[in-house]
Amino acid sequence: MKVLPEDPVKRLSVKLAITSFGFLLFALFVMPPLYVAFCEITGLNGKTGDKYEAVDAVVDTSREIKVQFVATNNEGMPWQFGPEVKTLIVHPGEQTRINYLAKNPTGNDMIGQAIPSLIPYKAASYFHKTECFCFNQQALLAGEEAVLPMFFIIDQDLPEHIKSITLSYTIFDVTDRFSREELLSMVDTGQ
Amino acid sequence: MAHGPAKGITRWLYTTNHKDIGSMYLWFSFAMFFLGGIFALVIRAELFQPGLQIVDPNFFNQMTTMHGLVMVFGAVMPAFVGLANWMIPMQIGAPDMALPRMNNWSFWILPFAFAMLSSTLFMEGGAPNFGWTFYAPLSTTYAPPSVTFFIFAVHIMGASSIMGAINIIATIVNMRAPGMTYMKMPLFVWTWLITAFLLIAVMPVLAGVVTMMLMDIHFGTSFFDAAGGGDPVLFQHIFWFFGHPEVYIMILPAFGIVSAIIPTFARKPLFGYSSMVYATAAIAFLSFVVWAHHMFTVGLPIAGELFFMWATMLIAVPTGVKVFNWVATMFKGAMTFETPMLFSIAFVILFTIGGFSGLMLAIAPADFQYHDTYFVVAHFHYVLVPGAIFSITAGVYYWLPKWCGNMYNETMGKVHFWLAFIGLNVTFFPMHFSGLAGMPRRIPDYNMMFADWNMISSVGAFLFGAAQVMFLYNVIATIVGGKKATAEVWENPEGLEWTVPSPAPYHTFSEPPEFKSSH
Repeated sequence: MKVLPEDPVKRLSVKLAITSFGFLLFALFVMPPLYVAFCEITGLNGKTGDKYEAVDAVVDTSREIKVQFVATNNEGMPWQFGPEVKTLIVHPGEQTRINYLAKNPTGNDMIGQAIPSLIPYKAASYFHKTECFCFNQQALLAGEEAVLPMFFIIDQDLPEHIKSITLSYTIFDVTDRFSREELLSMVDTGQ
Repeated sequence: MAHGPAKGITRWLYTTNHKDIGSMYLWFSFAMFFLGGIFALVIRAELFQPGLQIVDPNFFNQMTTMHGLVMVFGAVMPAFVGLANWMIPMQIGAPDMALPRMNNWSFWILPFAFAMLSSTLFMEGGAPNFGWTFYAPLSTTYAPPSVTFFIFAVHIMGASSIMGAINIIATIVNMRAPGMTYMKMPLFVWTWLITAFLLIAVMPVLAGVVTMMLMDIHFGTSFFDAAGGGDPVLFQHIFWFFGHPEVYIMILPAFGIVSAIIPTFARKPLFGYSSMVYATAAIAFLSFVVWAHHMFTVGLPIAGELFFMWATMLIAVPTGVKVFNWVATMFKGAMTFETPMLFSIAFVILFTIGGFSGLMLAIAPADFQYHDTYFVVAHFHYVLVPGAIFSITAGVYYWLPKWCGNMYNETMGKVHFWLAFIGLNVTFFPMHFSGLAGMPRRIPDYNMMFADWNMISSVGAFLFGAAQVMFLYNVIATIVGGKKATAEVWENPEGLEWTVPSPAPYHTFSEPPEFKSSH
């Protein structure tokens, strides 16, 4: 391997330039995935996990967990969006359904995306969703309304000191990111 | 060999001479210092009284943003690179920088970067208005269209800094005079060597973060956009991974400058040379593991808060070593108080005050109160103005006679010092109080209860600004004429730069000098 130049000044300069380029690649391609992975493992930014395959488990009726549901519209999002009920008492291991209601009151067809966030962060990895509207975008035609279901199970291993969990959804307007055809196909498939 | 500089404008356009390039960097930095200073005075004029008087809030936000960007990237960093260009070859006995052509290139792209950044002030929608830290989504979703120009300007500044840093490392590693081992190098050279490594590590990260912004804004990615699966907090992590080493980039060379000046005027060798080197290296290392202390309020876990709090407080140890060494150097010295020494002593005292308020901010639970208040503004101006700016000023007074062959006007220098010293404290000290009382940063209007402190701050700011005009006059007058300086300029100063005549010839150390260390 004789890639680097002989001259010590050039040799060092090339090495330094490669190092700095390495740090650029590190910032662009390592730091964001590293952050995402770190947050997934620790649940730190309150993001809940992807689709969970329910396993047969005993429902722990000795514990009652209060789950509160919150909804927020991101700036400029005109939909009416919120949970059917604000609070549920559930037992760990029990599959529960909660409906969110969304209505597009505008004269335009739109696509929304709900982003979850959960506190306390420590509970994020114990909150399993078997079905959730937040896994996909929601397309609503002008004036249309929809019931958006979400099924969840709280893990039996949820730490003892956690008695209440708040799950928040923020709905974003992502219409600009999709074409008209994509919007219509979302409506067709009922997503 | 002994040819002089070329004539006319092409001398400056084509030059590969480290002294020419150093002078251009310093003049560029001086111009940016005044530009950033004008922005600061717009801010202080608006804040002179509560209520909206002079500018509208959006323009006020553009002023705080541009003031920060211009001062950090346009004034402080190029000034240090300029001093490095002038002094490093002369201090290590080298004929020039190792990569003279790249040196020319790294300077000449800077004016274009800042012309581009400044031009955003005249664009529709105005200049960047999201603060110098350009947090997403303020700088992405809610940014004015000119943000793209800002992004490319940052790319160019980054390229310039990285090239400058490569050049400095290549020069120091390869071109020292025979006999000058690493542990015999002057401290300015040492601190710059470490700074250059910091630059190479973090300027690409800055380039990376603005590239991600560019992609989010124009190419539909979602690095920092929660709607697409990204996270705005990620922006803060990446930014401060750059940003914290960046604040040491702006202070380590300052440590080197005062470590050169204090021994000269205390007439004693520097106390604890090797501990200074190790302390500098320790600070540089720690700067990579403390970034989240800027983000205590984003919702870090308790373990993170504690780690970043303790790691930050640890930095006080090597910094304390340095302050101790400067004081010990002066202890029982035969001190005189020429202008460079006055600025250096003020550096030691005021930088320490800034360090202490930094320690207060490092206490995570207390930071929840201080966060985003004027207390933070007071803190970082106490480390940057008497830290970076005073040390650069001290360095200019100290080496100016060597550069141009004439002595500056000592009386005017001292008047400059006292006006700047009083102006600085009158400006920034009251900000501690308004901040602790709860005044938030980056607002054009404020509650009546902060009115007195703000009026005092504004008076101090204009005094400080006026003092700098005197500095400019003194520098120009010294270059044009004045008492001739001797080769040594001062009384037995240490270093190879004092063995060449004043003014330093266009080419120095074409033959490597004989180097004898005194420590």
